[in-house]
Amino acid sequence: MSKERLVVIGNGMAGCRAVQEVLKRDPDRYEIAIFGAEPRVNYDRIMLSPVLAGEKTFADIVINDEAWYAANAITLHAGRAVTGVDRERGVVLAEGGLEAPFDRLILATGSDPIRLPLPGADLAGVVTFRDLDDVEAMVAAAKPGARAVVIGGGLLGIEAAYGLVRRGMAATVVHLVDILMERQLDASAGFLLASALADKGVETELDAVSEEIVGQDGRVAGLRLKDGRTLPCDLLVMAVGIRPNTALARAAGLEVNRGVVVDDQMCTSDPRIVAVGECVEHRGQCYGLVAPIWEMCKAAAAGLAGADGAYEGSVLSTRLKVSGVDVFSAGQFAGGEGCEDIVFRDAGRGVYKRVVLQDGRVAGAVLFGDATDGPWYFDLMRQGAAVDDIRETLIFGQAATEGLRGLDPSAAVAALADDAEVCGCNGVCKGAITGAIEGQGLTSLEQVRAVTKASASCGSCTPLVEKLLALTLGDGFQAQIGPKPVCGCTHHGHEVTRKRILAEGLKSMPAVMQALEWTTPDGCAACRPALNYYLLCAWPGEYRDDSQSRFINERVHANIQKDGTYSVVPRMWGGLTSASELRAIADVVDKFDIPTVKVTGGQRIDLLGVKKDDLPKVWADLNRAGMVSGHAYAKGLRTVKTCVGSEWCRFGTQDSTGLGVRLEKFMWGSWTPAKVKLGVSGCPRNCAEATCKDIGVICVDSGYEIHIGGAAGLHIQGTEILTKVATEQEALWAICAATQLYREQGFYLERIYKWMARVGLESIKAEVEDPERRRALYDRFAYSQRFARIDPWAQRVAGRESGEFNPLSRRMEFAPA
Amino acid sequence: MTLVLPIAEAWTDVGAVSDIPRRGSRRVPTPHGDVAIFRTGDGAVFALKDRCPHKAGPVSQGIVHGRHVTCPLHGMVIDLSTGEPTGADAGKGCAPPVPLKVEDGRILLGRT
Ligand code: SRM
Ligand SMILES: Cc1cc2nc3c(=O)[nH]c(=O)nc-3n(C[C@H](O)[C@H](O)[C@H](O)COP(=O)(O)OP(=O)(O)OC[C@H]3O[C@@H](n4cnc5c(N)ncnc54)[C@H](O)[C@@H]3O)c2cc1C
Ligand code: SF4
Ligand code: FES
Repeated sequence: MSKERLVVIGNGMAGCRAVQEVLKRDPDRYEIAIFGAEPRVNYDRIMLSPVLAGEKTFADIVINDEAWYAANAITLHAGRAVTGVDRERGVVLAEGGLEAPFDRLILATGSDPIRLPLPGADLAGVVTFRDLDDVEAMVAAAKPGARAVVIGGGLLGIEAAYGLVRRGMAATVVHLVDILMERQLDASAGFLLASALADKGVETELDAVSEEIVGQDGRVAGLRLKDGRTLPCDLLVMAVGIRPNTALARAAGLEVNRGVVVDDQMCTSDPRIVAVGECVEHRGQCYGLVAPIWEMCKAAAAGLAGADGAYEGSVLSTRLKVSGVDVFSAGQFAGGEGCEDIVFRDAGRGVYKRVVLQDGRVAGAVLFGDATDGPWYFDLMRQGAAVDDIRETLIFGQAATEGLRGLDPSAAVAALADDAEVCGCNGVCKGAITGAIEGQGLTSLEQVRAVTKASASCGSCTPLVEKLLALTLGDGFQAQIGPKPVCGCTHHGHEVTRKRILAEGLKSMPAVMQALEWTTPDGCAACRPALNYYLLCAWPGEYRDDSQSRFINERVHANIQKDGTYSVVPRMWGGLTSASELRAIADVVDKFDIPTVKVTGGQRIDLLGVKKDDLPKVWADLNRAGMVSGHAYAKGLRTVKTCVGSEWCRFGTQDSTGLGVRLEKFMWGSWTPAKVKLGVSGCPRNCAEATCKDIGVICVDSGYEIHIGGAAGLHIQGTEILTKVATEQEALWAICAATQLYREQGFYLERIYKWMARVGLESIKAEVEDPERRRALYDRFAYSQRFARIDPWAQRVAGRESGEFNPLSRRMEFAPA
Repeated sequence: MTLVLPIAEAWTDVGAVSDIPRRGSRRVPTPHGDVAIFRTGDGAVFALKDRCPHKAGPVSQGIVHGRHVTCPLHGMVIDLSTGEPTGADAGKGCAPPVPLKVEDGRILLGRT
C-alpha cells in the first residue's frame, strides 16, 4: 500500500515542528511535502532579533537544514506560495500552477504583520519585522548616522530598535500607550525598561499617536505625530502587531474567526485538515509566541499518527531578548480581582520584582533587572502550587526559599546560615550582624548600622536586620523609631526622599519609587500626592504634573462638598472686588442655580453647591469677567488678607492693600507643602490679623516687619518676627525667599509653623537675612512661578482634561429599571 | 416627564477603556445613581456604585492606587474588586460592584 500523503503549508516554526512531531511518532506513515513562501529552509524566527543586532548570523539560526529534508524524504517547495486549497479534489494549488494532492493537510501559515494605514505607508523604507527579508532590508538601511523610527513599543518593536542601534543607527520607539510592552509589564517595569533602553541608545516616545509618514522623493523622511512634531528618519519599522494569516483557510471555506478555528485535536472544520501555530484560534484564543505552538504541534501530531492527544490552551510567559536588559513577565502580572501583590525593589542593582498572588497561589509575575527566578515563578504558577508557607521569602526567589519551606518568618530568619548575605549593598552576612550584636552589646538598628554597615545604604534589608535584633536580644529589643516614613509603602522619611530626588536627579514618580524601593507598585493616596509635589518643586518646568496623584480638589480645581458637589472661589486680589466682578458672580449664581453664596473668612466669595459638570461653564463666565481661580482647594497660596491701609485709613503707615495685591499677583498659583495664607496690616492695630498667618506683614512708619509661623486653625499661635525691611520691594523678596525655603524643606502637609518648629526660626532667618542666599531663593521662586502663574480654570475652559468633568457615557442615564 | 429610552440589551457599551485615565476613574449616570468606573495603573477596570458606605461620598473622585481607591471625603480605602473598605474600616459596608466586562477595549456595563 502506498503511503498517505501529508502536505504542509508553511515552512515556519509550527509547520516544521509539527512534521518533526509526526516523524517522532510514526516515521514511515506519510509521504511529506512542505510548501514555504520564503525561499529558504526552516529557521528560528525568534532569533531574527539577534540577527538584526549582528549578534548572530542566518546560519546560526537554521533549525532544519537541507540534509534534514533529504534524510526524511521531505519535498520542500521553498519560495513557492500556496494559492488555494481544493478540498473537493483534495489538492493544494501553488504558484506556478503546481498541484499537490493530499490525504491530510497541515495549515501553518503563521501571521502577517499589521501595516497601519497611515498616509505614506507605501513609501520606500517603510518595513515590517517578520522574516529574513525584512531583516535584510533593515540592515541595508542601517548606515551609521542614519535614523530609524519604530512604531510599536511591544517586544518586537523594542527588539527591532535595539538591533538597529547596534547596527549604528539612532532609533526611536514610538508607542501609543504610556507604558512600554504594556501587555506584559506594569508601569514600574515599563518605566525601568524605558530608562534601560535609553542607556543603550534607544529613545522612546510614549503616549504618541502617529499621524502621517512623511516622504521625500518616494522615500520615507520622517514620522509626523498628532502633537505636530515630526521625527525625521531614514527607515520606518512598523511593529504594531500581527494578524493570523487565514486567507487560504477562508477561501477554502474552513471555519475562520480571528484565526482558523480548531478543536483540542487541532482539527479545523474539515477533519482532514489540522492547523497549528499563529494562524489558529483555539478556544477563542490566538497566540503570538512559540511555547503554545510546541504544545499544539504535539496534539496535532498525535492525531495524525492515530494516537490520543489534546491541546488545552497555554499560559504564557515572555522574555525580552535585549542583551543586558533582563525582563520577564508571566500570567496575571497586573493582578486583578482578589489579588495581592508582593513587591521588591533593589535600587542599587536596578531590580524590580512583583509577584501577584491569588488565593494563596502565584497568579503572575513581572521581573525586571533580575529574571533568574522567572521560570521558577512560572512553574509555581502553572502547577497552581500553594505558596502560603513560603510567602515571606517568595519574592527573594528560589534560592532564598528552598530549605526554608514550612518555617514561620522568624524561624526562617533564624534558620538562615551564618554566611547568608543579609545586606546586599555592603555585603554583610548574618553572622557578622548577630556577632556584633552579641559581642559589642548593640541594642538598636542605628548601632548595627554604625558598626556593621548593614542596612546603612539602601535600607531594604532593614526588616531583616530588625528581626535579627529581635531574635538575638529577645524582649531586650524595641523596634527603632526613626524618622517617620512617608507612608506604609516605604521606610524612607520625607527628608531623605526629598534629598535623593535632587541628588540623584529623579524626575518621575516611577523613578523615585524605584530608587527608594517602594514596596507597592504605584504607591498610595498618602505618598503619591507628596511625591508629586516634591517632583514639581524640584524640577519646575520639567516635571509633568500627575493629576491622578492629586487629591480631588486639586485635580478639579474646586472643593468637593459633602454631597459630591463643588465650591468655587474666585480670586479677589488682596480682598478687593468691583461692581463688574460682583455682577458677574451674581449672574453666574442665577444662571447655574447655585444654592449658596457666602463671604469666606479669607475675604472673598464662595459659591457652594456647583455640579461637577457645570464647573467649566461657571469658570468660563467668571474668566470672561476677568476672574481666575482662587486656589481655595490648593496646597498652595490661598489668600492674602489685607486691610485698607494708607490709601484710606487714618492710621495707615504704608499701602498695605497695594502690597497685598502685589504679593498675591506675584505668588498666586505656587504649589507649597501645605496651604499658605498671607496677611498684610497697615499698622500695628493689625486689622488683617497678619500675626496669625503663615507669613504676615505689619507695616510701620520705618518700613515692614515680616512675621512668620502663625497658626489659627487646629492650633493657635502668634507669629515670630522674621526680619524687618525698609522697602516694599525688599518685603516681597524676603517673603518669596522664605516661601521658597519652605517649599524646598517642608514635608508634604506640614504647615509653615510646623516646619519652623522643626528646622528652627534661626535657620530660616539665617537664609533670609543673608543677601546672597535670599537672592538665590527668590530667583528659584521666581523661576518656578513662570510655570505656575497660569489660571487652571482657563485651561480647563479651553478643554484640558475635559474627561474629568464629563460623564463617561450618558447612555444609561434613562435606562429602564 | 422623564424620557425613558428602552435599552433592550443587558450590557451597555459605555466607552473605551482608554477613555479612563490610568489610576483614575469616570462616572456613568444611571437612574439609580452614578456608577464609578475605575482603571488601575495596570489597566484593570472595575465598576462600583459611586456611593461610599461611610457617608455616601462619591468614590469616583478618590485617588486610585494599586487596586484600591481612597474616598475623597474621609479617606476610607476601598477595595475595587469587592467595594468593601479595608484596614481599620473593614466590615463597614460596601459600595456594591456593578457587573462589567471588557471586550476589545470597550467597557460593557451590566444592569445596575
Ligand atoms: C470657606 C472657608 C470658611 C468660610 O466660609 O469662611 C473655609 C472652608 C474650609 N476650610 Fe478653612 N476655610 C476658610 C478659612 C479658614 C481660616 C481663616 C482664614 O483663612 O483667615 C482658617 C484658620 C487659618 C488657618 O488657615 O490656619 C481655616 C482653617 C482651616 C483648617 C485648619 C488648618 C490647620 O492646619 O490648622 C482646615 C483643615 C485643613 O486644612 O486640613 C480647613 C479646611 C477647610 C475646608 C477646605 C475643609 C475641606 O477640606 O473641605 C473647607 C472648604 C470649604 C469649601 O469648599 O470652600 N480650614 N480656614 C474659608 C475660606 C477662606 C478662603 O477664602 O479661601
Ligand atoms: C523578530 C521576532 C522575534 C520573536 N521573538 C519571540 C520570542 O522571543 N519568543 C517567542 O515565543 N516568540 C517570538 N516571536 C514569535 C514567533 O516567532 C512566532 O510565534 C512563531 O514564529 C510562529 O510560528 P508559525 O509557524 O505559526 O508562523 P511562522 O513562523 O511565521 O511560519 C509561517 C510560515 O508560513 C509561510 N506561509 C504563509 N502563507 C503561506 C502560503 N500561502 N504558502 C506557503 N507558505 C506560506 C510564511 O512564509 C512563514 O514562513 C518572534 C517573532 C519575530 C518576528
Ligand atoms: S470650620 Fe470646619 S465646618 Fe467650618 S468650613 Fe472649616 S472645616 Fe468646614
Ligand atoms: S464618605 Fe467615604 S469616607 Fe466618608
